[in-house]
Amino acid sequence: MIEIESVHKSFGKLEVLKGINLTVNKGEVVSIIGGSGSGKSTLLTCINGLEPINSGKIKIDGTEVHAKSTDLNKLRQKIGIVFQQWNAFPHLTVLENVMLAPRKVLGMAKSDAEAIAVKNLTHVGLAEKLSVYPNRMSGGQQQRMAIARALAMSPKYMLFDEVTSALDPMLVGEVLDTLKMLAEEGMTMICVTHEMAFARDVSDRVAFFHQGVMAEIGTPEQLFGAPQNPETQKFLASIR
Amino acid sequence: MFKYSFQWNQALKALPQMLDGALVTMQIALLSMAIGLVVAIILTLFRLSGSRLLRGFAVAWVEIARNTPALFQIYMAHFGLGSFGIHLSPFTSLLAGIAFNNAGYLAENFRGALKAIPDTQARAGRSLGMTSLQAFRLIVVPQMLRIAFLPITNQMVWAILMTSLGVTVGMNTDLAGVTQALNARTFRTFEFFALAAVIYYLIAKVVTLAARLIASRLFRY
Ligand SMILES: Nc1ncnc2c1ncn2[C@@H]1O[C@H](COP(=O)(O)OP(=O)(O)OP(=O)(O)O)[C@@H](O)[C@H]1O
Ligand SMILES: [Mg+2]
Repeated sequence: MIEIESVHKSFGKLEVLKGINLTVNKGEVVSIIGGSGSGKSTLLTCINGLEPINSGKIKIDGTEVHAKSTDLNKLRQKIGIVFQQWNAFPHLTVLENVMLAPRKVLGMAKSDAEAIAVKNLTHVGLAEKLSVYPNRMSGGQQQRMAIARALAMSPKYMLFDEVTSALDPMLVGEVLDTLKMLAEEGMTMICVTHEMAFARDVSDRVAFFHQGVMAEIGTPEQLFGAPQNPETQKFLASIR
Repeated sequence: MFKYSFQWNQALKALPQMLDGALVTMQIALLSMAIGLVVAIILTLFRLSGSRLLRGFAVAWVEIARNTPALFQIYMAHFGLGSFGIHLSPFTSLLAGIAFNNAGYLAENFRGALKAIPDTQARAGRSLGMTSLQAFRLIVVPQMLRIAFLPITNQMVWAILMTSLGVTVGMNTDLAGVTQALNARTFRTFEFFALAAVIYYLIAKVVTLAARLIASRLFRY
């Protein structure tokens, strides 16, 4: 369970998160939508401790992420994150990209790490690309590799930050299909997305962020069908 | 009138001696590169550190190494330290001077290479649970090496050529030293120096080609 309790976060004088409350239960898929600069990415990087927070609490299975005593490296093994820019490691083959963390972080034997990497790469449809270097692949393929790389750590939670925004429109579908597949398998996920159809189809709940505040949250039917908050209405109208 | 008559025999007879000198040259160049690489890594870490003292030290080193003549750097190691009562042999002072120069140039190259790698790379590693040291070692350094490889090769060639400055501090066993001694004995200046130049050239070429071969093996992406 991910519990976010009145989280405030500032960059210098700029308050980016103004008291966010959100609980994500096991197996739940929550999508976050909202305008540029509303703090969506910042929230994700706070959840896995890449960014510190100013006040409030984020707990993962009861462990407070920003407590001094928390071993962040350990905690991050539970939380996979995939960014808009897939950040493939260019000096490693696809297989090596995925094997690296299981080997070096989990200390797995090479053969075990390889088996896990192959399994996850097959799962995202990249079984044919094991020995290829990332720069020989399309953005969609690299993004799927990044997903497999995160999955290879057997995370309990996955955070996705606009994973299709940097892709050619033609390649968006294959990555969304991968996310859908994970959702159907019961992965607990938070997806920041601009893909409204995806948010509607896949999410259990959709949250709308506006200027650092979670202005509204509800089922896709509620949020897209009968938005209550005027800002949500404006936002949805603007993207239609 | 042009009266000089070439006598290559003498020079060719001395070839084995000169090749022995070339080995010493290679030895100094390689050692100075090994030391230079290690020191350059340390200087790079200093420059990234939070301590102003360490940063200042590293910057000063790089500035001096890159903006003063290599000859002075070797002089300082020999005569400069000598005036403080630290007497280094010609071999050691030549090695120290070149290593100092290498470290400065390489540290600057490393800094450039480091800048070229987006910090999202290390961030991706961190989010997979790596410590910052692991992310640096496994993700940043290998990419840095590729970027810095050509400059490292260039510095190696430069180090080989710099060894010839050793004659100014009494070095007489490397290629330049041996050549100088032969010249003093026989006055066949042109022949000896031409032959030495050819040997320097060949060494430099072999190093460059070998580096290219290694690079194609090492960096396949
Ligand atoms: N590292 C940082 N330092 C300073 N300001 C930052 C930093 N990261 C984000 N910000 C600022 O915080 C605000 C929220 O940024 P954030 O990236 O979370 O927005 P977002 O909702 O993800 O927007 P987008 O849809 O454009 O990705 C923005 O004003 C941004 O400029
Ligand atoms: Mg964002």
